[in-house]
Amino acid sequence: MQTNSASEILRVLDRNLKENPKFLISGLGVADPKGVFGTTLGLSEKYGVQRVLETPTSENAMTGVGVGLAISGFRPLMVHQRLDFFILAMDQLVNSAAKWHFMFGGQSSVPITIRLITGRGWGQGPTHSQNLHSWFAHIPGLKVVMPSFASEVASLLQASINDPNPVIFIEDRWIHNQQVDVVDPRIDKPIELGKAHVCTSGTQITVVSSGYMSIESLKAVNYLNGIGISVELIDLRTIKPLDMQTILMSVEKTKNLLVVDSSNEIASFGKEIIANTLMKSDTQLLSRPSLVSLPDVPEPTSHGVIGQYRVSAVKIAQSILRTLAIPDPADLIEALTPLKEDVPDASFTGPF
Amino acid sequence: MNQELDLQQLYKSALRIRLVESMIADKYAEGNMRCPVHLSIGQEIPSAIFQQVVKPGDTAISTHRAHAHYLAMGGNLPKMIAEIYGKATGCSKGRGGSMHLIDLEKGFLGSSAIVGNSIPVGVGVGLAKQLNKEDAVSFIFLGDGAIEEGSFYESANFAVVHKLPVVFIVENNLYSVYTGLSPRQPEDRSICALAKAIGLNCDVTNDSDFVGTYSKLASLTKNTRDGNGPSLIEINTYRKLEHCGPNDDDHLGYRPIHELEGLKERDLLQAIKESLSLSTHDYELMESEIWSEIDSAFSFAESSPFPTYEQVIGGVYAN
Repeated sequence: MQTNSASEILRVLDRNLKENPKFLISGLGVADPKGVFGTTLGLSEKYGVQRVLETPTSENAMTGVGVGLAISGFRPLMVHQRLDFFILAMDQLVNSAAKWHFMFGGQSSVPITIRLITGRGWGQGPTHSQNLHSWFAHIPGLKVVMPSFASEVASLLQASINDPNPVIFIEDRWIHNQQVDVVDPRIDKPIELGKAHVCTSGTQITVVSSGYMSIESLKAVNYLNGIGISVELIDLRTIKPLDMQTILMSVEKTKNLLVVDSSNEIASFGKEIIANTLMKSDTQLLSRPSLVSLPDVPEPTSHGVIGQYRVSAVKIAQSILRTLAIPDPADLIEALTPLKEDVPDASFTGPF
Repeated sequence: MNQELDLQQLYKSALRIRLVESMIADKYAEGNMRCPVHLSIGQEIPSAIFQQVVKPGDTAISTHRAHAHYLAMGGNLPKMIAEIYGKATGCSKGRGGSMHLIDLEKGFLGSSAIVGNSIPVGVGVGLAKQLNKEDAVSFIFLGDGAIEEGSFYESANFAVVHKLPVVFIVENNLYSVYTGLSPRQPEDRSICALAKAIGLNCDVTNDSDFVGTYSKLASLTKNTRDGNGPSLIEINTYRKLEHCGPNDDDHLGYRPIHELEGLKERDLLQAIKESLSLSTHDYELMESEIWSEIDSAFSFAESSPFPTYEQVIGGVYAN
């Protein structure tokens, strides 16, 4: 039997509400009929509206309320249906949550998990699809988790909830329908934040990605594997803490590096990885490290151009081949281009 | 009211705040307190009155101008001074300074430098008290400037929706840094009227009316404590010194002469003194007790070690 990432998130929230009386969740929509893309569905009926707390449309204050709960012994989880709205809460995130433990000499800490859902495609456009993980990673005191695969989302969410620090948990909307077998042994296997996952072992090039980009990268890697190209794909799981050791070990072996990052390219996290590799590795690379990311342009809404704007398996495969100086096979575009480029799969028909 | 204002205690609390702040001002030029200090000289009364209303189990959270609030909650004086000196023995181990004070044992949960920043945190603390069914109140100190921040409106709204055990204490000193009220808030709309419209129980008072301020704060707090929802008290007050630092800033001319003459020269401590019937000896004894406490706090701070760099960089994350 199959389940998906959204159901996995729901299962973890349910379990924590059941097992920990100090755990509570809040956010606009957590008790509404849609239940945040199904991830909180039924929880308010089961655990009450005090522990599954609907909030006013007040992102900043509600984040501060979460900090107040956290320093009072609660373990709050907040959720925003679009990351872009959370920009209104930067004061409470940066000046309160991230600083509290440090600036009060470690006497008080803020164990809060903040789920941020990133829109992608279906006309989400300039203010509903921003990938701002690089911002959050820049702030001392935060941890930043970017789940990719349905087999790991539960463990990563549980590790985030267990962590005694503020954790930003970024869910690309397109990971929600990723499937996994309910008896998959990886489900609920504990994951330590800060340990990357080598998805495919390979010898010719290291590809580093995170979040939904790892799913697109895996499509490209599988295709290339079919034509005899050996790629080592590393899914970061968390960009802060960052597992540089796994990256450096891989690069030492493959001597080629491509980073796939869903953010806009200027001051992006992808460049952080490339810079770190160059600064910390003695390996003589065979090619210049490269980056696939978004241009320094907001996301356009039109589905007529979104395929050209977004990073997808086609671009990733092409970049790998370019780095290795191998020409594109004739069937590459056809093999890796989905029927529609603005949806995760055929079942997705919007409108949200 | 089940209790009356203890004027002698009020005098002593206010005097203690005044003398601590004066000592900081006097020694600031020595150059060993190397962080911004926002002193409460002139604004001692709201805190000293609050001290007679707060009960064990209650908590408070505050702003950049936090010294008086911290002291009124019973915060540890030597640790506060050591914090201003940047020492490892400071209440925040030298990582916070004057604007980030904490004394968890006394229920002083923290103070923050960004205007309006600590308001929602205090409301979250109130929500925790409600969820825990504690018989306690979360006090939130703020100023007239914070009323203009979205965080105030958002937080007050949420507190009203959930009838949280929260009391907002607004010290209105008329200025946000060097900017008076008129470009910031409409003249014909009081802070209290705004708060009432949001749904807070509200009252307004002048800090020179000691009994009135006490009775209004005590009554609003009791009402909140009894489960009737959050309150706000607006206390009109005035700071004597510059916005930030040990001196006055009258040469800047942003405060009109008539205001300075009328308000700045007022001495509320003297006014309380006149209504008390203590002997000169009693006052001398009181003062010398406070001075010896202050002297030993400064000695402690001055003789304490700085934190090591390793302690600082290792302190970002909780384990």
